[in-house]
Amino acid sequence: FSQPTPRTEKAKVTVHYNMEGQTVTVQSKEGENLLDIAIENDLDIDGFGACEGTLACSTCHLIFEQPIYDQLEEPTDEELDMLDLAFGLTDTSRLGCQVCVTKALDGLTVKVPEGVADARDV
Amino acid sequence: STPGQHRWFCHTSTPGPHVCIVGSGPAGFYTAQHILKNHRTARVDIYEKLPVPFGLVRFGVAPDHPEVKNVINTFTNTAANDRCSFLGNVTVGRDVTVAELRQAYDAVIMSYGADADKEFGIPGEDLSGVYSARAFVGWYNGLPQDKHLAPMLDTDTAVVLGQGNVALDVARILLSPLSILKKTDITDHAAAALETSQVKTVYIVGRRGPLQTAFTIKELREMTKLPDCRPLLDPADFAGLEDKVKSLQRPRKRLTELLIKTAQTGGATAQETQRLAQATKEWGLKFLRSPLEILPSEDGSRVSGIRLGVNQLEGSDDSARAIPTGETEVLSCGLVLRSIGYKSVPIDDSVPFDSQKGIIPNDAGRVTGCKGLYCSGWVRRGPTGVILTTMTDGFETGKAVVDDLTTGILQPLGGVRGQEWIQPLLQKKGIQAVTFEDWNKIDSEEMMRGEKVGKPREKIIDVKEMLQVAQS
Ligand SMILES: Cc1cc2nc3c(=O)[nH]c(=O)nc-3n(C[C@H](O)[C@H](O)[C@H](O)COP(=O)(O)OP(=O)(O)OC[C@H]3O[C@@H](n4cnc5c(N)ncnc54)[C@H](O)[C@@H]3O)c2cc1C
Ligand code: FES
Repeated sequence: FSQPTPRTEKAKVTVHYNMEGQTVTVQSKEGENLLDIAIENDLDIDGFGACEGTLACSTCHLIFEQPIYDQLEEPTDEELDMLDLAFGLTDTSRLGCQVCVTKALDGLTVKVPEGVADARDV
Repeated sequence: STPGQHRWFCHTSTPGPHVCIVGSGPAGFYTAQHILKNHRTARVDIYEKLPVPFGLVRFGVAPDHPEVKNVINTFTNTAANDRCSFLGNVTVGRDVTVAELRQAYDAVIMSYGADADKEFGIPGEDLSGVYSARAFVGWYNGLPQDKHLAPMLDTDTAVVLGQGNVALDVARILLSPLSILKKTDITDHAAAALETSQVKTVYIVGRRGPLQTAFTIKELREMTKLPDCRPLLDPADFAGLEDKVKSLQRPRKRLTELLIKTAQTGGATAQETQRLAQATKEWGLKFLRSPLEILPSEDGSRVSGIRLGVNQLEGSDDSARAIPTGETEVLSCGLVLRSIGYKSVPIDDSVPFDSQKGIIPNDAGRVTGCKGLYCSGWVRRGPTGVILTTMTDGFETGKAVVDDLTTGILQPLGGVRGQEWIQPLLQKKGIQAVTFEDWNKIDSEEMMRGEKVGKPREKIIDVKEMLQVAQS
């Protein structure tokens, strides 16, 4: 007999944040977004989440691996609009506050863009 | 440790280097944040000319963009650091000189933004009914110096000269339903004036073409979604762009696609088409037009129109130049808002200033030829860029300061320093600096007044009243 999982218990999802070449691994729950997960785990990313997840900045910019990116729900126009202002925009970029993790994404790695200062002149 | 570092701890009551920041906008706060985080003992004093902090986050960002102002929470955390002080109501250059600050602080950072505005220098620019967008923004956002603007809104047509985000902000405020604006922190006097505004049509005029606009897509999309308002875009302006779009970089590509779509369909669905057909207000973009002269009404009492010169483009990308064709036309209007940019001004003779570029000359935030003097934000880079750009800039200058402090490039000062040195100077002049705790009182009072009328806050727009509340 295994205990039935209570309905409120959300599946655990492991997330690896890759920052400046270092990887930090944290545990999160299904449904949480990648901004909140970073904050809850005290990840020290300068300026991350300036607008507090309201789609009014692009400081929560994260870069995904292609196979993971392809699994995510399509970004809205509004997310793409803000993403357009992000430094070092890539084809697999998303705004962390708009991406919620799911069981299927367990073990994903997201990259925190570096070289913000360099990309500024774009 | 270096000899320099060791000496921070000699002959002084408060250990650690003292850093001074001039201006409490995003540049000042982000620079402070970086220094406090990356230097364990540095104290940071932020001087601000107004009794209230946050610069353009409070006085620039549009009232209907409250999300953007969430950065205030981060700034408030920075101010709560016990190595950080806010000294409001102190105008540097007038109440205290930069030379005095440099005697009192190991490092002084200029982050005082861009307080003036660019002008065209054309006839009629001083007519009644012609305002700078900067003053208009200051008026609806409660900037004390602009509270008496009383813009003339008794006209059906307004023209905004310039095609940046500020131009779209002022157009949107002119056209938004009052039911929306009244729920924001827009000043009470602005809401009352906009309630009786006759403005139905706003043209946003640029000297170059659709591929050179400076506004970003978020602000454009908001225009396309304004309730009771229809876009007036001439499909001819976008002819031939569809092929070109594919080769553009993503931000410009998406922006241009939205412009073309808005110009062509007017509405994607039947519902949308009906909404637009029933709209009572409209906004339009006019391209390739430069103002030559602002025309007075017959009795000379106010503006009645603008003579525009028609341009053609030389080149086709971001750097394309507008060349006059010699052709002109007149656009009738009763209100003109000049929105061609903000401008920084020199603060004090002792700080170098490049008046051509309108910035303090610097290398990575270090002011050229002035050891111990730094700059960040709009006064460093010029008045463009969103808060994110300013944040990056502030961090970069903060890093330069921390590096110079830790490598011993900056020779530490001894004796009484920092605000302990400056405060007596201010007191002699009868200036009472406003602390962050004082600001918290103003903040609570504003939120309380707002709550009574169903808004997030009702700003106090009078400096004297701000000081009264601060001292209460
Ligand atoms: C109308 C408008 C709307 C905007 N909307 C947005 C938006 O929606 N989203 C976004 O990301 N960005 C927006 N921006 C851009 C953003 O506001 C700027 O990037 C940012 O404010 C620049 O920061 P700063 O600190 O350099 O200048 P400022 O914010 O101007 O701060 C300078 C501070 O210095 C003070 N000061 C000036 N002179 C002195 C002196 N002599 N002594 C002491 N203090 C002094 C000023 O009072 C002010 O508080 C907007 C800008 C404008 C103009
Ligand atoms: S936190 Fe600002 S857009 Fe995500």
